Amino acid sequence: MFESLTDRLGSTLRNLRGKGKLTEENMAESLQEVRKALLAADVHFRVAREFIERVREACVGQEVLKSVSPGQMVVKVINDELAKLLGEGSTELVNEKPLRVLLLGLQGSGKTTFAAKLAKRLEKEGYKPALIACDVYRPAAIDQLEILAKDNGFLFYGERDQKDVVGISKRGAKWAREQGATAVIFDTAGRLQIDTELVEEVRKVRETVQPQESLLVADAALGQEAVNVAKTFNESVPLTGIVMTKLDGDTRGGAALSMKSITGVPIKFLGVGEKVTDLEACHPDRLAGRILGMGDVVSLVEKAQENIDEKEAERMAKKLETADFNFEDFLSQMQQVKKMGSLGGLMKMIPGMNNMQVGDREERKMKHTEALIQSMTPLERSNPVILNGSRRARIAQGAGLQVKDLNALIKQFQQMKKMMKMMKGGKGRKMMKKFQKGGMQLPEGGDLGGLGGMKF
Amino acid sequence: MASLFQRFKDGLKRTTPTFYKAFSKAGSLFGGRKIDASSLDELEEALYSADFGVETTEEILEAVREAYKKDKELRGLDAARIGASVLERVLEGSEGRIDQLTHKPEIIALVGVNGSGKTTTAAKLAKNFQDQGKQPLVAACDTFRAAANEQIRTWCDRLNVPLIASQHGADAAAVAFDALQAARGRGSDVLLLDTAGRLHNKENLMRELQKIRRVLGKLDESAPHHAWLVVDGSIGSNSIQQARVFHESFGLTGLIVTKLDGTSRGGAVTGIYRELKLPIFYVGLGEKAEDLQPFSAKDYARAVFGIEEEIR
Ligand SMILES: Nc1nc2c(ncn2[C@@H]2O[C@H](COP(=O)(O)OP(=O)(O)OP(=O)(O)O)[C@@H](O)[C@H]2O)c(=O)[nH]1
Ligand SMILES: Nc1nc2c(ncn2[C@@H]2O[C@H](COP(=O)(O)OP(=O)(O)OP(=O)(O)O)[C@@H](O)[C@H]2O)c(=O)[nH]1
Ligand SMILES: [Mg+2]
Ligand SMILES: [Mg+2]
Repeated sequence: MFESLTDRLGSTLRNLRGKGKLTEENMAESLQEVRKALLAADVHFRVAREFIERVREACVGQEVLKSVSPGQMVVKVINDELAKLLGEGSTELVNEKPLRVLLLGLQGSGKTTFAAKLAKRLEKEGYKPALIACDVYRPAAIDQLEILAKDNGFLFYGERDQKDVVGISKRGAKWAREQGATAVIFDTAGRLQIDTELVEEVRKVRETVQPQESLLVADAALGQEAVNVAKTFNESVPLTGIVMTKLDGDTRGGAALSMKSITGVPIKFLGVGEKVTDLEACHPDRLAGRILGMGDVVSLVEKAQENIDEKEAERMAKKLETADFNFEDFLSQMQQVKKMGSLGGLMKMIPGMNNMQVGDREERKMKHTEALIQSMTPLERSNPVILNGSRRARIAQGAGLQVKDLNALIKQFQQMKKMMKMMKGGKGRKMMKKFQKGGMQLPEGGDLGGLGGMKF
Repeated sequence: MASLFQRFKDGLKRTTPTFYKAFSKAGSLFGGRKIDASSLDELEEALYSADFGVETTEEILEAVREAYKKDKELRGLDAARIGASVLERVLEGSEGRIDQLTHKPEIIALVGVNGSGKTTTAAKLAKNFQDQGKQPLVAACDTFRAAANEQIRTWCDRLNVPLIASQHGADAAAVAFDALQAARGRGSDVLLLDTAGRLHNKENLMRELQKIRRVLGKLDESAPHHAWLVVDGSIGSNSIQQARVFHESFGLTGLIVTKLDGTSRGGAVTGIYRELKLPIFYVGLGEKAEDLQPFSAKDYARAVFGIEEEIR
């Protein structure tokens, strides 16, 4: 029943590929699939619908680039829109000293744990953190925060015999100031967003301590109600950020999209474990990747696995080891890469490389290389040494190119072989594996026209 | 304590989710108004918004559509009744009960992901058994989280229930073992194991649970007699995955759904029941020891659809 978004999108895109250009019909079908997938990821019903509308609008009237397949086009638009939505607003905390941070949220969402995590992080950034216990309800809530503070050497303030939370927060803030704290974090009790009394309490705390940051701490696996939780809290206590916790689980985290799109409040941190160091800054594109399953190496691996013949890869690895790599192999490598889609589209799926421009120039260069090799005879392909002047002239002519183009290719090829010799003995296989995993490295200004996926 | 229905209604009054509009009598759909295409859309949205997921939503919509085909005069309230009865049928057999204790002590392990409400539920259950004249004993098997011991100790002191605990960082299985021996020694009727929160995808933590079972097995082969997954009712479809994995690796016998005093309807739990047929024993409706109710499929279904009059 549960299908990860990646799987679903993967199959949607496979369906789209090869259908030619996007039409209203096949786009509607795949958008419907995307919508279902968003719902399965717990994105709110209405948010999902609006998001799909956005994507549809972004697609309509947009020309499908020649070098891009319809499927890639859709991915690009979905990914861009999602990352755009998740990335609106600053994901950084206000850069002020002293910094006051108020934490609030539903019961058990991870506020107290996050208080310690944030203190740890701010300490690293040069702050002197203090934790103020403002939860007087949950049994041992004060102990929990105090233990976390003691274990990590943070300042701690709490009053065990008091129930007046606003007073505690005020005295705590004063105490922290006197202690020279420069980051004061107020941990409050878990509360329902509809509990008017308790929401009023946290509102008063906010008025009293005037935090620059009021962060809503929310479980990433929240269901459809995430929308109301974020909206209602935000209406009573203007939020400056959202923290999504327990992302070390296997939830797709659609709640993040729901909360972000309904409130416009930026997602600032991600909790990824129970330990005090298990905190990550929010990278919108990564979060989008998680919700969508795109922009992720996983999708590249999937694509690569689908298209690269295992045996072929194995054979290639052997060749690398023995350094008897020839133009025939070169060609087949290039075709493997082509099968995976356009180079440009491919590069965009690799995190960190999505900003790299793979334009028409590179694509064209790859075509030239292919044409040159194709106009060689089988003998010439497997024995490049026999390529004399007259053979070169014939090949270049056959490919509709100049001899200097062929010379450049041969030179590049020889350099590669030299490098392979140097790497003899197992390393080549490793590199092949690395390539298949999508971990290939491009040199500065990498020459993509050269050898498709294989980079040295 | 207020009923589930009252809780749902209170929650709905204090917020204005689509569910309210769709399901309250004052709202558009289930008032006296006749059903039409747009109210069916509203119903669909309301069902999705309650985390019921595709299957249950479709099943309910289908039933309402069928009825509408036969009777164009169908009113909102009729649709609500149909919806409630479909939901009740889907949940048939889902009411977990332990009417009599068949072991001494009857061992109940509470497991679940972080922050779902295990410790609070352990306290609630202890009180529940106490109220029935039984002698509960609690084992503090969360030796990991900061102040986990202190939390359950505070509860037990408050309720005057005996507790077996060790130090922070101790072996959870050893605590369970000691507690079972203590329970036997004291003649306790029920042993409640409060375990540490763990995400289901962490294999090493899941193995720790298996170890608890193994170690208890040295004293009682059938222990624990109940293994209940404590599910936060506000969590979406991931709770189905939680249940799947906990069931596979620990062997669950039932569920407890917490935090239904919020605005969430806990629809994902219906998904769990559909797939795993694990009975739901109790629902948690607040943070106090008495905020626990036996689960009733009928009451739940009606509360979801805002049908008031037939609820006591
Ligand atoms: N796996 C995982 N567990 C987390 C994370 N953040 C918090 N937790 C756990 O979630 C549970 C609840 O965390 P708390 O910090 O006590 O939550 P809280 O919001 O302070 O709870 P209340 O004060 O009762 O509302 C604990 O078991 C934490 O260890 C996270 O990012 N990943
Ligand atoms: N509103 C509401 N809050 C609840 C309910 N059950 C538990 N809580 C609250 O949820 C928070 C977490 O509860 P715990 O009992 O500590 O949860 P846990 O599963 O033991 O947490 P870990 O041991 O950290 O994994 C606390 O603030 C509880 O008061 C419920 O039914 N309704
Ligand atoms: Mg707390
Ligand atoms: Mg606990």
